Amino acid sequence: MASITMKNIVKKYGDGFPAVNDVSIEVADGEFIILVGPSGCGKSTLLRMIVGLEDITSGDMLIGDRKVNDLAPRDRNLAMVFQNYALYPHLTVYENIAFPLRLAGAKEDEIDKKVRDASATLELDEHLERKPGNLSGGQRQRVAMGRAIVRDADAFLFDEPLSNLDAKLRGQMRTEIARLQKRLGITTVYVTHDQTEAMTLGDRVAVLKRGLLQQLASPRELYENPGNLFVAGFIGSPPMNFLPAEVSGTTVKLPFGEVELPQEKADKVQDRGLLIAGIRPEHFEDANVMDSGIATAGSTFRATVDVVEWLGNQAFAYIPFEAPPEVRKQLEQLEKDLDGDSLRTQLVVSLDGASKVAEGDEAEIWINSAKMHLFDPETGENLTVDRDHAGEIPGLDNPQDQARAEKMAAEGQE
Amino acid sequence: MKLKTRIGVILGGLLILTWCLLPVAWIISLSFKSQKSVTEGSPGFLPTEAGFAGWENYTSVLENEQFRRAIFNSIGISLIATLLSVILATLAAYAIARLEFKGKKFVLTTALVIAMFPVVSLVGPLFDVWRSIGIYDTWIGLIIPYMSFTLPLAIWTLSAFFREIPWEMEQAAQVDGATSWQAFRKVIVPLAAPGVFTAAILTFFFAWNDFVFGISLTSTESARPIPAALSFFVGADPFNRPASLLAAGAVVSTIPIVIIVLLFQRKIVAGLTSGAVKG
Repeated sequence: MASITMKNIVKKYGDGFPAVNDVSIEVADGEFIILVGPSGCGKSTLLRMIVGLEDITSGDMLIGDRKVNDLAPRDRNLAMVFQNYALYPHLTVYENIAFPLRLAGAKEDEIDKKVRDASATLELDEHLERKPGNLSGGQRQRVAMGRAIVRDADAFLFDEPLSNLDAKLRGQMRTEIARLQKRLGITTVYVTHDQTEAMTLGDRVAVLKRGLLQQLASPRELYENPGNLFVAGFIGSPPMNFLPAEVSGTTVKLPFGEVELPQEKADKVQDRGLLIAGIRPEHFEDANVMDSGIATAGSTFRATVDVVEWLGNQAFAYIPFEAPPEVRKQLEQLEKDLDGDSLRTQLVVSLDGASKVAEGDEAEIWINSAKMHLFDPETGENLTVDRDHAGEIPGLDNPQDQARAEKMAAEGQE
Repeated sequence: MKLKTRIGVILGGLLILTWCLLPVAWIISLSFKSQKSVTEGSPGFLPTEAGFAGWENYTSVLENEQFRRAIFNSIGISLIATLLSVILATLAAYAIARLEFKGKKFVLTTALVIAMFPVVSLVGPLFDVWRSIGIYDTWIGLIIPYMSFTLPLAIWTLSAFFREIPWEMEQAAQVDGATSWQAFRKVIVPLAAPGVFTAAILTFFFAWNDFVFGISLTSTESARPIPAALSFFVGADPFNRPASLLAAGAVVSTIPIVIIVLLFQRKIVAGLTSGAVKG
């Protein structure tokens, strides 16, 4: 067991493509950390640099106190679960799990004991003599995990291990991985593009975009205090709403009307002209179904609802609006970064299931403005972030370094 | 309609079987006829009561010292050529499939060009060279041309197989603690086994059936392989070749190849890689 330290890791491929740009992450001993981001953000490359399957262009990789930059994968003592499992099809399940032990030259009775322990943990006992080709997806997944846990590895690395499973199994295996990690207490780095996995599994989550670390924080911190537009848009489903906003005093002017902002937030954003306001769907409510006591804490506005999706416990209402060109450009870029399509600018509002709002209605919507974030439309930086509860945000902690890294990323893209 | 298709398939199959197996049946039947019944003409398809020779032709073929030497030569030369060719081809194909190096395309095209070279055009030069360096009429003198003609095909076949094997297999092995060599030997080669055996069969066929090199690069029974040796089976009367004896020799020389193909065929299990990765 060991900590993993990445110091200013850079990966430039042979063709000049910068996959990872100056990323520094410290994974504490026993910590479960998630690398998450849209495709092409360098999360898998980073993981493969930890395990040694990719060379490190510059920077230091430490496992424990040992610098491992130039060590071969087999000398790093890490266990990895691949996205497609990479089981050895010519070996039985037993031999698949025993493979690392045999390579290490362990004694026969020791191998047998460890393999049976691992198979008992993963409930693979009745499959030990079968070949991987005859197993279901979930069983193969468990064999791949068995091959990892059978060794006394310093850390586990997972490369999108659940993306090949169907939705139900994915949920079960997710819980299983979390339980296993807690029980073994082993340092774990887990790559995924699925934010549910990121939110539920990780002690801390590192959000990456184009090879740049955007924010490294606990799931709650990421959700409540995103460091910039990208993180805000990436974490949460349905995603955070982004609206053009102008602040004067404690009043924010939104396309639907004016709402009041708490004093301390308003202080941070005075005299900055046009901003982007970010509000999560659940921070809205149908004013008609609310207790009057709560409703007074925020502001309300009236808007015409375009589409309503009623789900029983809640309903999503869609309210289109027009965004000024400065904001629209930034939002389109954001959609591109998030692997999405530029859709119409609209507000997604989560309402209580009891709400009777129907399509075409003009509804009175309450907004919890205390939860509102305001972003700089130029840089995407969150101006109202609570720095004490936002983990590490390289863009704010070390703006110069981050600017340099961003330049590096941009140069390679051209 | 279904019945019609079925009858069609059966008829077609029979036709193809007859076409392919009739010569084989003919040569087997011929090998059981006595020499006399063959020379007397119109011996019929099956041996007649009077013309039936029993195992006589076979025993005389096997008692022939020259023929026994030829079988020994053929088996030895073909096996060595196959083994060396497969080992070299496996290593070369792995490098071609996995490494990026300058001249990779060149290696592949050159290999193909060599395979397309007409065998006959090389016989003259090889004869001269082999004599001057002293490997004329030796095993090695045949093994070298056999290898150079079968390697290209073996490399192409095998590199296609290696390319099919996902990179993750080796990477998983390396993370599990294997050296590159161990990953290759314990994971990649077993997975490419069907390809290895395909290459082995192709090489063995070529070496076993070759006549041109066998007859031109040998002069005595110290290296002469079966196909060449059969042509020296003239018997006492050069105008009256011992057809039934030749037939027996041909049958005997076919048996090893049938055995080897049957043995290797078992190893060529299709779909061995299924289940390695998500299928």
